[in-house]
Amino acid sequence: MRDRIWIIAGLLLFAVAVTAPFWSERIPAKDLTKVPNLVLPANQKQCVAPVSYMRASHMLLLLRWREDVVRRGQRRYVAFNGKVYDKSLTRTCLGCHNKEQFCDRCHTYAGVSGPYCWNCHNQPQTNVAGLGPRSMP
Amino acid sequence: MKITRKDFLRLSGLSFLAAGSMAAARAIAGRDPSAEGSSGTQAAQPVRWGMVVDLRKCQKEKGCDACIRACNSAHNIPQISDPKHQVKWIWTQSYETVFPFIQNGYAEESDAGIQVPLMCNHCASPPCVRVCPTQATWKRDDGIVMMDWHRCIGCRYCMAACPYGSRSFNWEDPRPAIAHINPDFPTRTKGVVEKCNFCEERLAEGLSPSCVEACPEKALVFGNLADANSEPRQLLRKRFAVQREPELGTGPSIYYLV
Amino acid sequence: MFMFEKAIIGSRRYWTWLSCLLCVIAVGFFFYMRQLDVGLGITGMSRDVSWGLYIAQFTFFVGVAASAVMVVLPYYLHDYKQFGRITILGEFLAIAAVIMCCLFIFVDLGQPTRVLNIILYPTPWSLMFWDMISLSGYLVLNAIITLVMLTSEREEVPAPGWIKPVILLSIPWAVSIHTVTAFLYSGLPGRTFWLTAILAPRFLASAFASGPALLILFCLVLRKLTGFDAGQKAIQKLAVIVTYATVINIFFIMVEAFTVLYGRIPGDVAHIEYLYWGLDGSYHLVPWMWLSILLAIAALILLLVPAWRTSRRLLPVACVLVFLSLWLDKGLGLIVGGFVPSPLDSVTKYTPTLPEWSIVAGIWAIGALLITVFYKITLSVREEIGELAVKEHGIVSEAVRHPAATSVGTAELQQAGMSADCSGASE
Repeated sequence: MRDRIWIIAGLLLFAVAVTAPFWSERIPAKDLTKVPNLVLPANQKQCVAPVSYMRASHMLLLLRWREDVVRRGQRRYVAFNGKVYDKSLTRTCLGCHNKEQFCDRCHTYAGVSGPYCWNCHNQPQTNVAGLGPRSMP
Repeated sequence: MKITRKDFLRLSGLSFLAAGSMAAARAIAGRDPSAEGSSGTQAAQPVRWGMVVDLRKCQKEKGCDACIRACNSAHNIPQISDPKHQVKWIWTQSYETVFPFIQNGYAEESDAGIQVPLMCNHCASPPCVRVCPTQATWKRDDGIVMMDWHRCIGCRYCMAACPYGSRSFNWEDPRPAIAHINPDFPTRTKGVVEKCNFCEERLAEGLSPSCVEACPEKALVFGNLADANSEPRQLLRKRFAVQREPELGTGPSIYYLV
Repeated sequence: MFMFEKAIIGSRRYWTWLSCLLCVIAVGFFFYMRQLDVGLGITGMSRDVSWGLYIAQFTFFVGVAASAVMVVLPYYLHDYKQFGRITILGEFLAIAAVIMCCLFIFVDLGQPTRVLNIILYPTPWSLMFWDMISLSGYLVLNAIITLVMLTSEREEVPAPGWIKPVILLSIPWAVSIHTVTAFLYSGLPGRTFWLTAILAPRFLASAFASGPALLILFCLVLRKLTGFDAGQKAIQKLAVIVTYATVINIFFIMVEAFTVLYGRIPGDVAHIEYLYWGLDGSYHLVPWMWLSILLAIAALILLLVPAWRTSRRLLPVACVLVFLSLWLDKGLGLIVGGFVPSPLDSVTKYTPTLPEWSIVAGIWAIGALLITVFYKITLSVREEIGELAVKEHGIVSEAVRHPAATSVGTAELQQAGMSADCSGASE
C-alpha cells in the first residue's frame, strides 16, 4: 500500500517520457513535415539504374559493386540502358552526385547513421558540375 | 490433435537442427564464390606478377625515396610519427637486417650499407592467406595477394603469419596523418590490416605500379614472371638473384639482384 | 531453469565481493569504449608486436578451460568417486574460462562488429576458424552438462542416460581446444619461437598444472567461506595431478631450451636470448621470465615433498606459485617472445598500457563474477538438498550453518543432514 506513491510517480514519469517528442522544444513540429531537399546533378539525367531501383536498392548495388571490384577484379558495369560505367563510388557515383547535397540529405533525414563507406572512400576533388561519370573504353 | 509441450519442443529442436546443419554443410562444402579471386582478365597465357629489384641501381643510401613517396601518395598511406604504429607498404632497410642471419664472417664488408626496398612478396604459397579466418586476404589467379578491407576483422593473424613483416595495422584512424588525400584511392579505417597490393588498381588499367614508374634509376622491374620473355625473366637469366627466406617455401615473387 | 534465483540471495560478504567485481568491470568497460573510439593504438601493441596481453590471456585461459578434463576424466572414465563432488566445479570453471577467452579475443579485434564474418565466410583451412568452432562447442557442451547435472542433483534424481556420452565427448574436446590454440602458433613458418612440435604438448602440460591449481584454490576458499568441503582425498589427488603436470612442464621447458641453445641456430636462439638475457639493450622481460622459472622450481619443491603438499598452509602457496609462474610464462613470455626479434631483426619493446590492463582486469573480473555466481548456485542447490556438508563420499556429517547460507532454516538443514542418503553427486 505504501508503494502506491512510487507506482504513481513512475507512471507519471513514463507519461512524460513517452510524450516527450511532442512537447520537447528540440523537435519543432514544423520540421516533421519537411522532406529532404535533394540537389540533383546538373548535367546528367540518368543514373546507372532506374530511379525507382536506386531509391530502393542502391545499397545492394553498391555492395555488389564492392564484391565485384575488390574480390573479382571486375570493374566494368553495363547499365540497363547499355551504357558502360566504372564500378566506383568515388568516380562514378560521386562523379555526379554531391555527398553533402544529395547522399547525406536522405541519410540524415532517415536517421541512417550507418554508411561507414565514408570512413574510407573519398569525394572527388573537382567540382561536381565539371565531372561526368567515368566511362570505360 | 493434442501434442505435449515436451514433444513440441523436441520436434522444433530437431527441425532447427536439420535446417541449421543444411546451411552449415552448404557453407563449408560450397566454396564462397567471392573468394575465387580473379584478375578479371581473360588472358590466354597464365599471369604471375612479380618484381625484380636491382640493388646495384637503387640509390636509397644517397637519399632517394621516390618509390616510397609515390606509393605513399598514391595510396593515402598515413605518415605516423610513432614508429610503433607506422603503416608501411614499401620501405627500405639495410641489407644486414633484411637478411639477418645470412651474415657470418666477412661477407658484411661488401654488403655494408646496401639499402633494400621491401614490400609484400606476394608469395606463391602465402602463410597469411592460409591463416586468415574470413578470407579477407586471398591469392588471386594472377599471383597478387589481395586485401579486402571491408571484410577484415582486424584479428592480425596475418601479421603474425607473415614471415617478412610486410603487413601493417591501423592502430588508429589514419586520416589525420594523411597530408593530402588522393581521392582516387580509398583511405583505410582504423582496425584493419593493410599492405602493398602491387597497385592492382593500376594494373587493371594497364599501368605499371607507382613505385616502378617513380624510380629514376629503373631499379624496380615489374612484369609477368610466367612469361619467359618478360623483362624480369630476362634479368633473372642474366644476373644472380636472391630472395628473402626462400627456405620457408613461401615462393616470393620479389627477386633481388645483388 | 537456470536457477539464477539462487545467485541473487546472498550474504553481505557475497554482495560486497560482487560489487567490487562490478566496479572493476565498469572501469574495464569504460576503457573498452575508449578503445573502440580511438582504436587499438591505446594499447602497447605495435607493428612488430602485433599481439599482446589480450591474446596472451586468451591463450592462458584456454588452458584453464581445458583443465576441467582433469577432474572429469578420472571420475567418468576411471570411476574415481572422490571427484564426484567437484566435477561440476571444474566444468563451471571451464565455462567461465571459455567465456573469458571469447571476451579476450573480442576486445583484441580491430573491427569487432565484423566478428561474425568468421561464420559468414567459413574458412576451413584457417586455424582461427576451428578455434572458434571448438571453443563455442566446448562452451555449449559444458553448459549442457552443468545444467543437466545440477538440475538432476537438485531434483535428486539420477542424471539422464544420454548425458554420459556428452560428458565423455567433452574429454577429447577439452584436449582439442587447447591443441587447436597451440596450432594457431605452431603452424606459422615465420615465427621460429613457436614453430615447434612440442608447443601443443607444452600447452596441455601447463593447462593441466594451472587449471587444477586454480581449482584447488577455489576448493580451499570454499571450504573456508562456506560449509562446502570437497574432501581431503579429492584435493590431494588434484595436488598430485598438479605436481605431475608441473614436472612435465618444467621438463618440456628444459627440452626446448636444450634444442635451441645446443643447436645454436641464430634465428632460434635470438628469441630465448631476448626473453632470458636481453637483446639489443632491451631487458625488460628478463626479470619476469626468471621469476617464472624461480616460481616454478619453488612450487615444484613444495609439491614434491609429501609433508608440504598435504599441508593446509603450504598447498595453497604452491598452487599460487604454479599459477603465477605459468601465467608469466604463457600469459606474457610466449606471445612477446614470438614477436621479438621481428622478421627484420628489430627489437621492439612491448609494455601494456593502463587502458590495456584495465580491460584485461575487467575481463578477469567478469570471469570471477561468473565463477562466484556459478558456485553460489551450485552450493545453494547442494544446501537445499542437504548435501552441502557431505565431507567424504558416503559419510554424512551434521550440517553447519555459515554466513553464506541461504534462507534455508537450521532445523530443515539438520533434518536433511541426518537423513540424507549416501549417493553424493548424482550419476
